[in-house]
Amino acid sequence: MIGADAIIKCLEEEGVKYVFGYPGVAICPFYNSILQSEIQTILIRTEQNAAHAASGMARITGKPGVCAVTSGPGATNVITGIATAFADSIPLVCITGQVHTDLLGSDSFQEADITGAVESFVKYSYLVKNVGDIPRIFKEAFHIANTGRRGPVLIDIPIDIQNAPISRFQYPEEVNMRTYKPTVKGHAVQIKKVIKELEKAKRPIICVGGGVLLSQAREELRGFVEKYRIPVVSTMMGIGVMPTEHPLYFGMVGNHGKAYANRAMNESDLLIMAGARVADRAVSQPDLITKNKVLVHIDVDPAEIGKNAGPTIPLVGDVKHIFQDFAKEEFTCEHEEWIRTLSEYRENLVAKRNPNPAYVDPAAFITRLSEKMAPDGVYVADVGQNQIWSCSYHIVKEGRFLTSGGMGTMGYSIPAAMGAKLADKSRQVIAVCGDGSFQMSMMELATMRQYSVPVKIIVLKNGYLGMVREYQHYTYKDNYSVVDLSGSPMLDKIAAAYDMQYQLLENMDRAEEVLDAFLKEDTSVLLECLIDPMDLVK
Amino acid sequence: MRKRIYSVLVENRSGVLGKVAGLFARRCFNIDSLTVGETDDPEISCMTIVSSGDERTIEQIEKQLNKKLDVIKVKTFDETQSISRELMLVKVRHNKGNRREITEICEILRAEIVDMSKHFMMIQICDTPERTKLLLTMLQSISIAEVARTGTLALAKCSENDD
Repeated sequence: MIGADAIIKCLEEEGVKYVFGYPGVAICPFYNSILQSEIQTILIRTEQNAAHAASGMARITGKPGVCAVTSGPGATNVITGIATAFADSIPLVCITGQVHTDLLGSDSFQEADITGAVESFVKYSYLVKNVGDIPRIFKEAFHIANTGRRGPVLIDIPIDIQNAPISRFQYPEEVNMRTYKPTVKGHAVQIKKVIKELEKAKRPIICVGGGVLLSQAREELRGFVEKYRIPVVSTMMGIGVMPTEHPLYFGMVGNHGKAYANRAMNESDLLIMAGARVADRAVSQPDLITKNKVLVHIDVDPAEIGKNAGPTIPLVGDVKHIFQDFAKEEFTCEHEEWIRTLSEYRENLVAKRNPNPAYVDPAAFITRLSEKMAPDGVYVADVGQNQIWSCSYHIVKEGRFLTSGGMGTMGYSIPAAMGAKLADKSRQVIAVCGDGSFQMSMMELATMRQYSVPVKIIVLKNGYLGMVREYQHYTYKDNYSVVDLSGSPMLDKIAAAYDMQYQLLENMDRAEEVLDAFLKEDTSVLLECLIDPMDLVK
Repeated sequence: MRKRIYSVLVENRSGVLGKVAGLFARRCFNIDSLTVGETDDPEISCMTIVSSGDERTIEQIEKQLNKKLDVIKVKTFDETQSISRELMLVKVRHNKGNRREITEICEILRAEIVDMSKHFMMIQICDTPERTKLLLTMLQSISIAEVARTGTLALAKCSENDD
């Protein structure tokens, strides 16, 4: 047995089913050993997307996604994908090949100091120097990636270590790290304090973030808010914690969120942030959420608490454990008046749009699409105007809404949708992107074709990098700079080239039949929707 | 702005200093001084970092340090709660006219002359950061050729419930 065989055994021990990656000489021992395994390899078309695909998979399975790339440019290409996962706390284990140990530090061919380069985007990284360390390092890496505040872990393995003989393989039963013991259970005293505040509160609200989904606490949270009738708003990453049309759900907050959601948060007298990090896009003025109200901040990462807003009651722990503990408390509270007020806001504070009937109205289209989607379908939004429209108009039932919220990485949707589809082939998976973001990951249509991954793709085409165009419209009075996408390819020909079905929707007239045909079978279809180039999200 | 001393026990592995220093750079935290050395356990190093900032920054530094997986323990304290020392070597140019003044300054500030040549003298001081700075200020008016300082080393004051 050599190091590479040991790595594969570690992945098998962790129950890994797929490895996304791109080979090169420095990772060849690994890709040779994996042939002996049941683990399926997916040859992605650029390394960044290996991390995105692993991220899509991780978000559906709840286990770390795995990618493996070569040294030098392979490793540096994957950085954006790792940083995207880090910003959204998605668990990944990323394996990079490295040059021979003797050549390390000599600027040899395809050598990059990848552990140094990714330091600020990983939860932890390893450079393997002894083949005997492989089992321990992999055990630790999977543990670190998927406990506490989840995130990517990188393991850099020189080619000679992959080829070195390993005398005895034993996968450790448990992890023993003196420096890593995340607090999962909430402090009992703090929990009691929160319950006391809930009893007193006249206008309580819970703002849910991506942490609720990461800790798989959707059921616990819903059960609690339904029992005590507590209204809920969400951040972008928290979309899908509550069904969009749930009577207690009052939308996404933030500068691209719903006016009624922001108003609800600002007027509350008790705000519980659960697994949300009070980032600038969700809370542009942190002082507003501490003024005239009790702020409870629940997060598994103690450093997030107090980073952007000082809470009245900090509560460190995993959201799932904490809501399980909340559920053990019995108390009474009454805020029907508050719910009525919020429901009125939801009725009345609706942004008015004036859609151009010559084009597809993204708002009406996305709403109709989500109504027709399978109830447990996975909607993957890309980045740009399409993301904001998706956040605003997609109706989540029991499915998932995936997007790159923290980093805002264009091109995320197609590879992430592939990962999500492979994670659960029974589910309908739809990637919604713009014509800019589509072209950033267009090469993955080949991957979809090669491995028969029936992801459905919608391109909202407006011929512009719309989000930047909109910014230039407001900030530079329509002085457009580098946002014109007029050289884009004909998408019908792209679809044909990759042997995909293609549909075109020019305006809303044929929306019903086109959507029905688009969703009918579990096949990959490329649906091009023509959007008014001047359409705005605001 | 408040000064704060962080005594950080870390795994004695390659790259750890870079990770900790990088954290300060990335999050725009100040480093007034940073010293590293092995502890009595060769697997553990101790970093003494002197930083400054408002209340929130001071708290964030501690939390972010604790988040690093190579960090074993972070102790933090104000100057009043700790004994801190800095070692400094100063090389000065001397001549007939200033030699007496230099020796007097050294005597008053309990600094030691540890080396000497025809034109240069090396002075050593090991004292609190304030007194070390004071010596430097006093010598500045004479003629400094070179300075080397360790940065602040600090430990919390002894108490009966030390762990």
